[in-house]
Amino acid sequence: MNYCTIGNNQKINISDIPTLNCEIFREQLAITNLRPLSYFGCDWGEKIKIFALLADDEKNQILISSTDIDKNHKEYNSITQDNSQYHMFERELYEQFDIKPLNHPWLKPVRKNQDKYEFFKMQGEQTHEVAVGPIHAGVIEPGHFRFLCQGEKVYNLEIMLGYQHRGVEDLMVQNPTNQLAESICGDSVVAYNSAFSQIMETLSDTKITKKAQIIRRIALEAERIAIHIGDLGAILGDIAYMMGKDVFGVTRTLVINTMLEISGSRFARGLITTGGVNYDINAEISNKILNMLEEVKKIVKKMAKTALSSATVMSRFEKTGTVSTETAQELNLVGLMGRACGIELDTRFDFKDELYKDFERKPFRATNDASSRFRIRYKEIKESISFIKKLLVKLKEVEDEDILVEANENLSPDSLCVSIVESWRGELVHCAITDSNGKLKRYKIKDPSFNNWWGLSMALRNNAISDFPLCNKGFDLSYCGFDL
Amino acid sequence: MDKISLILNIIILLISPFFVIGIIKKTKAFFAGRKGVSIFQPLYDFIKLLKKGSVISNSTSFIYRIAPVVVFITTVTAGLFAPLCANCSIIGTCGAFVIFCYILGLSKFFALISAMDCASSFEGMGASREACFTTIVEPAFFIILASIIALSSNSTFQNLNSIVEYAGNFGVLIIVLAVISIFIMLLTECSRVPVDDPTTHLELTMIHEVMILDNSGVDLALLTYSAGIKMVILASLIINLILPSSLDFTASCVAYFILLGLIGVIIGTIESAIARFRMSHVFEFVFLMSSFALVIASLTAVKIYGV
Repeated sequence: MNYCTIGNNQKINISDIPTLNCEIFREQLAITNLRPLSYFGCDWGEKIKIFALLADDEKNQILISSTDIDKNHKEYNSITQDNSQYHMFERELYEQFDIKPLNHPWLKPVRKNQDKYEFFKMQGEQTHEVAVGPIHAGVIEPGHFRFLCQGEKVYNLEIMLGYQHRGVEDLMVQNPTNQLAESICGDSVVAYNSAFSQIMETLSDTKITKKAQIIRRIALEAERIAIHIGDLGAILGDIAYMMGKDVFGVTRTLVINTMLEISGSRFARGLITTGGVNYDINAEISNKILNMLEEVKKIVKKMAKTALSSATVMSRFEKTGTVSTETAQELNLVGLMGRACGIELDTRFDFKDELYKDFERKPFRATNDASSRFRIRYKEIKESISFIKKLLVKLKEVEDEDILVEANENLSPDSLCVSIVESWRGELVHCAITDSNGKLKRYKIKDPSFNNWWGLSMALRNNAISDFPLCNKGFDLSYCGFDL
Repeated sequence: MDKISLILNIIILLISPFFVIGIIKKTKAFFAGRKGVSIFQPLYDFIKLLKKGSVISNSTSFIYRIAPVVVFITTVTAGLFAPLCANCSIIGTCGAFVIFCYILGLSKFFALISAMDCASSFEGMGASREACFTTIVEPAFFIILASIIALSSNSTFQNLNSIVEYAGNFGVLIIVLAVISIFIMLLTECSRVPVDDPTTHLELTMIHEVMILDNSGVDLALLTYSAGIKMVILASLIINLILPSSLDFTASCVAYFILLGLIGVIIGTIESAIARFRMSHVFEFVFLMSSFALVIASLTAVKIYGV
């Protein structure tokens, strides 16, 4: 097969990426069993270049290949008809560059032109459609859900997003700053900012200190703990289990208040910057973090065990919103939801670096339903707590290092750089391409929600419509990370 | 019936709903470790809503406009026939329980068609769920009350506890079963956990709340007030089954208020301790009431006709 390979947080010269004939390129992607990390177009003068980034999770490698599409003949035979993992990517490509993938089964808008969206229809006696949103009760982001039901049973759920499309990818090219990167998705501040900083550091050959790396990782895991605890509470709140909702709600505050002490922001805004981090973790804060973690661990353990042994809670969780492992693989579900469905994907282990070295992947018994989505969060909270503890020990060894180094201004020209970060939702892929002057030419972001929204749709099939909130909270996908 | 108990009963019917709801909220706050809102908060909310204007959708007809008033009036009227404090009802007439049931039925009917009138898919779903549960509850309720009345030869819907005098141990057994059944009915009809979640904001899971989603201002005030009154009426039924009719007036009033508060605390405790049932499991829960009703009916038959 014709690819070039790089690792995570590495760059490659554009001229080293093989450019294939479109038919061969298509054929290659259609038959491969490697999953796509990202698949996007880039304006290339008279042509449009399509890049395909595949993940070889066993060898910790990213495979890159490309093809050219003539601007006068913008169509090709779609990959989706052979490999459904590409279906969102090809819809996106069609929307962004007007390149038509022929024979694509669901060539619908992704983020724009909501008024032209054609929903699936169902006809027959007793069938009815329920339209929810884009404005919802409660404080969540806008998105439109269309349920095709018969009685209480859902036959299909169609999700239409794009209400928060801000043109982030173009903004990142015009004004690549940390402030912009961390504002893309408000609940994954650390993950987005880490990915962006790593891209800029790789492109400018800046080597950050180990101490800065450790602090970034601590923040990333703390973000994971905070959001997971909040989600555990929200899931229980949706099934009216008030005790759990209240206890987890209080516990989450302990974690984000510690973030506040580190960085002055409860969501760690302004903590990470290109070249390192802005705030140090000294011995005093380090102790506070340890105490907080001990307390959080105690409360979470007790509450999660109580909830999981409650008959009413388990009767709601079990067999609700099941997505089979096969379906999950076909849809390329990633991250937390992938793991809840039995797919062992975790960037932290698949693209292991030095800091994650002595941190082992622990097995999880996935049951693919709402209880699986609850338990995976509980498990990851416990793991992240022990991981932060290990990191704090390592932090002591490098106490004397600086937290910030001067980043080089100049980016290397004609390069492509990839950074994958395991945000709490799953793999977050940032990819940047520079032009011959060392300026950003294309910045591509792929949030894990981009893969996983379709999974929610599948989870609802043949379930009761009143179980939708429970499934939705279990997935807890990002609207703005998808809409960009 | 004397004047004092008449006035007392009217006050109970109109004022106590706020406080029962207040007690439930306070109990939930206690279990959550919160301070919670004042026990007067439901009353303040009611007054606040009365001062507001209503927004009425263009797609509705006159049904939607009259429904809140009809629901309110019918609920209060039904309350006049139900036994409240001191073992007596405001209007104690022969066959009162049939009148009571059907006036409540009328109230439910208007609530349902008003929800359908909004042409909202949510409200239609809520109405269908509510109608479904009511269909199960109604016959069971009839069987239970009819059995009690048949055994105590008392058709005025008062002194329900006198069944103990007439039927002895059978009466005690029937009362225990009837109290549990009517408590299930209370949870179902007043949309409490585990049947419904009164505090949720998720339209897709709601039953009662989603039916009043479009109502605002005075309309909403009347509808929530009616729901509270209904809860007090059903709670009073339970209390009247428990309280012996031999108690004197003062003792019976004190016991009534204590038990009313206790029912609020029990509902609040249930809501704090367990999760809501899956919608398809709610039927099994409500059908419990039907099976209890059948047991009561057979006990009655055995008592009257012998084995």
